[in-house]
Amino acid sequence: MIDFKDKLVLALGERDGIPAPALVACAESAGGRVVYAATECFV
Amino acid sequence: MSAGTVGPLRPVVRAARFAIAHVPGLVLSGSKPRREIAAGGEGVRAALRERLRSFEDAVGYPPHQVLLGTLAPEALREIPRPWHLRPVAGAGPEGPGGTMIDELGFYAWLVRADRARLVHLSEEFAATLAGHLGETRVSTMNADGLRRAVGQRGEPLYLGGGRQIGVVVPAHEEDESLAAPVLLENLAAKVTGALALRGLLGSPGGAPPAPGDESVDYLIGCGEEAVGDRYQRGGGNLAKAMGELAGVRTAGAVDVKAFCASPLHGLLLAGALVASGVWRRVVVVAGGSLAKLGMKCRGHLAAGYPVLEDVIVGMAIDVAADDGRSPVLRLDAATVHRIADGTAPHQMAQVLTAAPLRAAGLKLGDVDRYAVELHNPDITEPAGSGDVPARNYQMIAALAMQAGEIARSDMSAFAAAHGMPGFSPTQGHIASAVAYLHHAVTGLTRGSFSRVQLVAKGSLFLGRMTELADGVSILMERNAAGDSEGRRRV
Repeated sequence: MIDFKDKLVLALGERDGIPAPALVACAESAGGRVVYAATECFV
Repeated sequence: MSAGTVGPLRPVVRAARFAIAHVPGLVLSGSKPRREIAAGGEGVRAALRERLRSFEDAVGYPPHQVLLGTLAPEALREIPRPWHLRPVAGAGPEGPGGTMIDELGFYAWLVRADRARLVHLSEEFAATLAGHLGETRVSTMNADGLRRAVGQRGEPLYLGGGRQIGVVVPAHEEDESLAAPVLLENLAAKVTGALALRGLLGSPGGAPPAPGDESVDYLIGCGEEAVGDRYQRGGGNLAKAMGELAGVRTAGAVDVKAFCASPLHGLLLAGALVASGVWRRVVVVAGGSLAKLGMKCRGHLAAGYPVLEDVIVGMAIDVAADDGRSPVLRLDAATVHRIADGTAPHQMAQVLTAAPLRAAGLKLGDVDRYAVELHNPDITEPAGSGDVPARNYQMIAALAMQAGEIARSDMSAFAAAHGMPGFSPTQGHIASAVAYLHHAVTGLTRGSFSRVQLVAKGSLFLGRMTELADGVSILMERNAAGDSEGRRRV
């Protein structure tokens, strides 16, 4: 498991892949601080 | 979703038609090319123009022939990619699923659609277009007038070869909602939606009208544009303007909005209105998105492809009371993504595909074809977006495996048997399941299909008002006329 303690995280999600809220939940559970999160759609 | 009070009417989908406008000259007015040119200058403009396709090339492009209904989606598996290198021999611009027009035809309709007299053509081009325009009057400008209009925030109109042939002028000096580029987007949507509607109502290949229900009662608009003014930017009801342009006189209209999920929300509402007896015949209609022209042009230029996003697509879907033969919209096996459902891909797939089937007593394997996000991989892969429908089918196969319907080793075979290659142009609301509707109706009437599930998603989060996505699914089923159990079921 990756340790994100003391790390700042940019969470860039994708509609048909992993959306940003899921990335945020993972990063925060690993100790990271999410400073930006957005989900985009590339189609 | 329960239909509530069970009425005697089953809604059916009688037909779906598409109108594909090939508009290479407008590619530079798409959102991405516009920004790329602003950042990169004339070199980018020249590079894009060098890669624009001819009308003949666009007509012969195999995915376009799938949308027109002359080629089954599954036939694309037999055509090596990239598909633009394998034009369909003898392809024409007409098919049972729709029609394709060139940019001269499109500009003629743009003039017809322009009730506010904001479109002005060069004198030379107006003369060229005279044969297309018939009695329609057109405002013309000389070269100096066109230059001045562009200098005053007019939006230039080009042919694919790069010649400026006209301008759209702003409708208000200070209203961003009535700026020329916005008006051009909305006019393009109006034209393509109206053309699809005309094709649906007048196509010789269309379903014959049943006695007494020839007239359309209601139009539900579901495109990607935002028509309005500074006080109400998404005011809406472009559907009514489309109906007017298409010559429909009997219908009222409304627009529904849910990003790319709008068409299935529209279809669900149309089915409900017919099932309840409020209206007998409802057409779900949408114009195309000019903003998405050239959306992934960087990837296409880098791959040495032509600019493949050079078409604007409108569509129209005919929903009416049971005619005894057209596929039934199973409202009892339709669903929407609810606020608390979760938006991870597996949650969306579970909610939209497996759950409504299970509630209807069906398995995932009981559906012949899933119409999901049908984006053309030739368009998405060079831009790094992957094969979107393939990912969707993989997810549905995984749900079938989880449910114990198939073994893990059968997942690929399940995805192949119940899915199809993507073929939709980058017109989000078209790609979201409804691109398949002509083939679905054919498969469920003249073909061997029993059921098709339509599954659409909408990226609500793009508007920054929520992190939620949206989704809708509807099951279409072969009409078992005379089946008393089926007739009770809405």
